[in-house]
Amino acid sequence: MDFALVLFYLFGAVLLGAALMVVMLRNPVHAALFLVLSFFTAAALWMLLYAEFLAITLVLVYVGAVMVLFLFVVMMLDVNLDVLREGFWKHLPLAGLVGLVMAGEMVALLYRGAAGGVTPAGPPAGYSNTKELGRVLYTDYVFPFELAAVILLVAIVAAIALTLRQRKETKYQDAHTQLAANAANRLRIVKMMNETSATEGDTP
Amino acid sequence: MIPLGHYLILGALLFSVGVVGVFMNRKNLIILLMAIELMLLAVNMNFIAFSHHLGDLSGQVFVFFILTVAAAESAIGLAILVALFRNLRSINVADLDSLKG
Repeated sequence: MDFALVLFYLFGAVLLGAALMVVMLRNPVHAALFLVLSFFTAAALWMLLYAEFLAITLVLVYVGAVMVLFLFVVMMLDVNLDVLREGFWKHLPLAGLVGLVMAGEMVALLYRGAAGGVTPAGPPAGYSNTKELGRVLYTDYVFPFELAAVILLVAIVAAIALTLRQRKETKYQDAHTQLAANAANRLRIVKMMNETSATEGDTP
Repeated sequence: MIPLGHYLILGALLFSVGVVGVFMNRKNLIILLMAIELMLLAVNMNFIAFSHHLGDLSGQVFVFFILTVAAAESAIGLAILVALFRNLRSINVADLDSLKG
């Protein structure tokens, strides 16, 4: 049993344990932190598969951005945990049964392939995963790549549009109205009666 | 080195954990989103294992796109969650019955 296999079993155990904690824990903040741990461990496992770029991307994008977003939202909302938690253990028999059957079926199918099969050696020295991935991404997959950029833009716009709240009492400047204003909007000249006519008789 | 089947079995177990999470946290929307993330992670694990085993980089490119779409999905999901909490003061799935379906 070589060192890589030992590392695989160690990281796999940590990953499955962290994933179980994510779905079992009561506090959503702790669940989010365990999800961070599972993403980090998955990145280490991908590193064992020589997918360096994606491993770093998983840590930067998921742990750095998405999980921080999760933590922000979890901490911002004042949720009543007792209501959300009721009936949790009631679902355990059904959930456990479905999960065990699914896992058992897939493992039974895959177990034969686990023992045999020739595994490719690592890449040769001087091979850059990032460079090769970039070469494929910017040539064969350049159109999906641009589509992914558009999807991200749509996600940004949608997320902001969903959560933007225009307060009624907010005071703000409307540049268009300011520019369209002319002298008549600023100064109003009122015609008034001459007041001296009423008191004419008193004057000497 | 590590055989392909090991990674596939790990992915299958991780996916099952995600399914169990969806089943057990029927009321908590945040944990539901996290369980979906776990399932996506399992799928990505399979893609990368096959990519390494077959010596084809297309699998890794596909994982790249899955990561992009999953990030967009969780951002919009959390935005909907925040908008929902503003309106209902709750994130309980059982309260989402205004359509009377």
